[in-house]
Amino acid sequence: MDSYNAPESTPSASSRPEDYFIGATPLQKRLESVRKQSSFIPTPPRRKIPQCSQLQEDVDPQKVALLLHKQWTLYSLTPLYKFSYSNLKEYSRLLNAFIVAEKQKGLAVEVGEDFNIKVIFSTLLGMKGTQRDPEAFLVQGLILSPRLEYSGTILVDCNLCLLGSSDPSTLAFQVAGTAGACHHTRIVSKSQLPSENREGKVLWTGWFCCIFGDSLLETVSEDFTSLPLFLANGAESNTAIIGTWFQKTFDCYFSPLAINAFNLSWMAAMWTACKMDHYVATTEFLWSVPCSPQSLDISFAIHPEDAKALWDSVHKTPGEVTQEEVDLFMDCLYSHFHRHFKIHLSATRLVRVSTSVASAHTDGKIKILCHKYLIGVLAYLTELAIFQIE
Amino acid sequence: MSPQKRFKNVQAQNRTSQGSSSFQTTLSAWKVKQDPSNSKNISKHGQNNPVGDYEHADDQAEEDALQMAVGYFEKGPIKASQNKDKTLEKHLKTVENVAWKNGLASEEIDILLNIALSGKFGNAVNTRILKCIIPATVISEDSVVKAVSWLCVGKCSGSTKVLFYRWLVAMFDFIDRKEQINLLYGFFFASLQDDALCPYVCHLLYLLTKKENGEIENGKLILFQGMQPHLQALLSLYKFFAPALISVSLPVRKKIYFKNSENLWKTALLAVKQRNRGPSPEPLKLMLGPANVRPLKRKWNSLSVIPVLNSSSYTKECGKKEMSLSDCLNRSGSFPLEQLQSFPQLLQNIHCLELPSQMGSVLNNSLLLHYINCVRDEPVLLRFYYWLSQTLQEECIWYKVNNYEHGKEFTNFLDTIIRAECFLQEGFYSCEAFLYKSLPLWDGLCCRSQFLQLVSWIPFSSFSEVKPLLFDHLAQLFFTSTIYFKCSVLQSLKELLQNWLLWLSMDIHMKPVTNSPLETTLGGSMNSVSKLIHYVGWLSTTAMRLESNSTFLLHFILDFYEKVCDIYINYNLPLVVLFPPGIFYSALLSLDTSILNQLCFIMHRYRKNLTAAKKNELVQKTKSEFNFSSKTYQEFNHYLTSMVGCLWTSKPFGKGIYVDPEILEKTGVAEYKNSLNVVHHPSFLSYAVSFLERGGNREKKWSWYLDYLFSQGLQGLKLFIRSTEGINCNNQY
Repeated sequence: MDSYNAPESTPSASSRPEDYFIGATPLQKRLESVRKQSSFIPTPPRRKIPQCSQLQEDVDPQKVALLLHKQWTLYSLTPLYKFSYSNLKEYSRLLNAFIVAEKQKGLAVEVGEDFNIKVIFSTLLGMKGTQRDPEAFLVQGLILSPRLEYSGTILVDCNLCLLGSSDPSTLAFQVAGTAGACHHTRIVSKSQLPSENREGKVLWTGWFCCIFGDSLLETVSEDFTSLPLFLANGAESNTAIIGTWFQKTFDCYFSPLAINAFNLSWMAAMWTACKMDHYVATTEFLWSVPCSPQSLDISFAIHPEDAKALWDSVHKTPGEVTQEEVDLFMDCLYSHFHRHFKIHLSATRLVRVSTSVASAHTDGKIKILCHKYLIGVLAYLTELAIFQIE
Repeated sequence: MSPQKRFKNVQAQNRTSQGSSSFQTTLSAWKVKQDPSNSKNISKHGQNNPVGDYEHADDQAEEDALQMAVGYFEKGPIKASQNKDKTLEKHLKTVENVAWKNGLASEEIDILLNIALSGKFGNAVNTRILKCIIPATVISEDSVVKAVSWLCVGKCSGSTKVLFYRWLVAMFDFIDRKEQINLLYGFFFASLQDDALCPYVCHLLYLLTKKENGEIENGKLILFQGMQPHLQALLSLYKFFAPALISVSLPVRKKIYFKNSENLWKTALLAVKQRNRGPSPEPLKLMLGPANVRPLKRKWNSLSVIPVLNSSSYTKECGKKEMSLSDCLNRSGSFPLEQLQSFPQLLQNIHCLELPSQMGSVLNNSLLLHYINCVRDEPVLLRFYYWLSQTLQEECIWYKVNNYEHGKEFTNFLDTIIRAECFLQEGFYSCEAFLYKSLPLWDGLCCRSQFLQLVSWIPFSSFSEVKPLLFDHLAQLFFTSTIYFKCSVLQSLKELLQNWLLWLSMDIHMKPVTNSPLETTLGGSMNSVSKLIHYVGWLSTTAMRLESNSTFLLHFILDFYEKVCDIYINYNLPLVVLFPPGIFYSALLSLDTSILNQLCFIMHRYRKNLTAAKKNELVQKTKSEFNFSSKTYQEFNHYLTSMVGCLWTSKPFGKGIYVDPEILEKTGVAEYKNSLNVVHHPSFLSYAVSFLERGGNREKKWSWYLDYLFSQGLQGLKLFIRSTEGINCNNQY
């Protein structure tokens, strides 16, 4: 939480760190915010249209490229306890050992031992909405090129103390009928290559971020690092192992973040509203009709410029998106579809939205395509994640 | 033997007639064979929880049968016996049944191991005996050492040896000490030569090997042709302890190393573990053990919802700087949680206690709950808050649509939380937040009793804030559900009121009121409580109308007011709230004696409380803000007048409740004035009749009749009449 005491850059932050301790404990503050959330409509009726120049200067373009064009599974994450950015190296060492231990259950593993799996922690500098947002960080699981495969006969020289046997030498024996005395031979396998910088294939990637997470930051104390949004790409089993390690180490809690149809239509509207120089994908909606025996999917693809034109016709408040506009936008689509196919889409469930900015699936899957609006997309996802953990 | 004797009512003859070696099969076979007259027992077994509570019926018989069986084996096979096979079979089955149900004592294990490995009986018998050697709690080390010595004699076949090693690996954790066995390390090591034994011996050595075993003393050259996985595992361990001595490079990709020795005894092992856990040293048992195996779908939290207790030293220390694993494990200074066993220990080490790495694990540990209760460290509470609210949200079967198959698990989880809350006498904030989120989606059926109990543990807060979030949703369910639901809601609201009152009465005396977090003044708190009471009054009145004055419901309502009427005296809080007329008159005109009796008691307590309040006011002479308005007294007097008018002075509808005489005429009741007094009140009718049957004297019958009523256990009526006797003459309080 190094940015905690930094001067604030947002004029909207009404409560500063110092009045946070006055009056109520964080716990009570949290409860207050839960009450507020439960008593009113969960989402504010208006949001800003994502602006393009929100990425900070010092962001590493290579790292950002890693985040784009990949399908991420979303999770919400409660604040990490006693997480420290200065210990990232140590964490990667420990997580490495943990993964190996998980993979070969029940066997002794030493921390720091060399294995073919390697985990790297690195910060994603500049990936934040305000100065107060904690730094985002990336975890990559690499699989290293296999270093050594077992082959043939290996002579092992193992000196073992056998407690309790009065004359241990009597216990010396040979397995598999090999003759020869008990020489202290040591054979180093020739296939072992001392290659230090083994390049690995990225097997799993996950990153933690918090973009405009002010509402959450107000309610936690210094011991916690709030990174409510976690995005993972890779096998579910790996996510589970790594997630478990985080849960055990920082006493946090991951829960899958699903996006309901209501939020998907907000995404559709906000992303359509983004100004694009050129469109890379069509705007597409997918509705699901729960009918037996097989559910029916309705896909509705629109030329992105048409979608933008439609948006411009319903859009009134400059720079912002309101609930009425979202509803109107979706209604226009519904009525258009109904005119042609006589199907009321409003009776079905919206499951996927894809635009040139990003695409999102109701199962909590997201793919971000446009570099410009990365922060904008993440800000909304952070908001959803915070809503889930409050 | 075992702390919790289970399956005791299974009759001995049934046991002996069983031929199955498996726990489940035995049970199902028993179900089929069971005498139909014993249908009650059958239905019991039909429940999905086979380890239910059974009565201790034939404890002794079973014990005797087992002793006989063990004795029989000890003596060895009797030659030339006619029904030798039959007897043998009978005894074997006795042993098997007892072993699989309750486990065997360590002496019995000693004998049976001896028999199985000495080769007195045939191979088949030995196998069966070995398979059923399941400890009740522990296995003594000596028995194992003796058994190993039999292996050297060579009396038993190879397959028996294999089975013995498998048994040893499976039961390894239940052997009480391992020093002697460790001394046999060399012997086991030598057994590696045997190809058939090798995998199991490897596994055993893997379990036995300690760091000392890896120290240099003697060189051993082992040559393996094509390394098998079990040998790899053992070598990896040696390499771990003595990396310098072993230069083998183990393959990177590792598979499962050991054949699963435990398969044969899986269910039994679980049972033994459960038995061994035994009653917790603390009075409260908060157990949600890992025995609750979760479906595979949950990959993340593989065992149970509640994390396992682990101290956090590992992460903290290792997080600092380079530190080896062993250093982490052998730290001194702070007290590791794993060693915390008793309350005195907690008190001694409370200053240096390591907190668990996952705060959620305290839920299963009553000692740590004590700790949580007294610690006022925000991060600790916040960690717990986050964990609990997220877990509740994730586990809740109606909050997320697809969760319904985990209903039982969720119920258990809620039960654990509620037990913890009762234990601490304090509600968790996370539960409150969870209620806000989930109550609007609740159907009123799922986990009803647990959910309503959560409601009753809502921490004290401003009622007007909580009402729209909670009580308005609850009211919708309340009005649309059955009478039983209404009653349980009222019950939980009563408990809520009680918890709030306890909390407030403590809060007032423990610390200055201004520090109270949510309500800054006592007045505010009292206001909140009185709003709650008024709210329940409104709920009850409407419910009475909906349920057409059900007596059953009225009982629950009056139970609530039994709490309400005593707030001033019992909790020392300046609050007296009377019941609404809808409740009072329903109770007064009820046809049920116990209702009227309860009403009398409540009125009596109200009177006591109001008198005490009045007295205090006179003594203090100061105008505090908590002087009850005269309205409360007037209201009470009004009720009292109506009640006395009805029951005593036979002037029912004059003062107090006023009914136009014309309407009364229309009812056609001739003597309406008398019809509601103690003698004629419909609810006392049966008493009046039986009094007359006893031939009550016509003279002075009033007081005799009253005495008779009092003698029938109508304590409330007695207290009420005794306390108001003085004012009966002038009908005024």
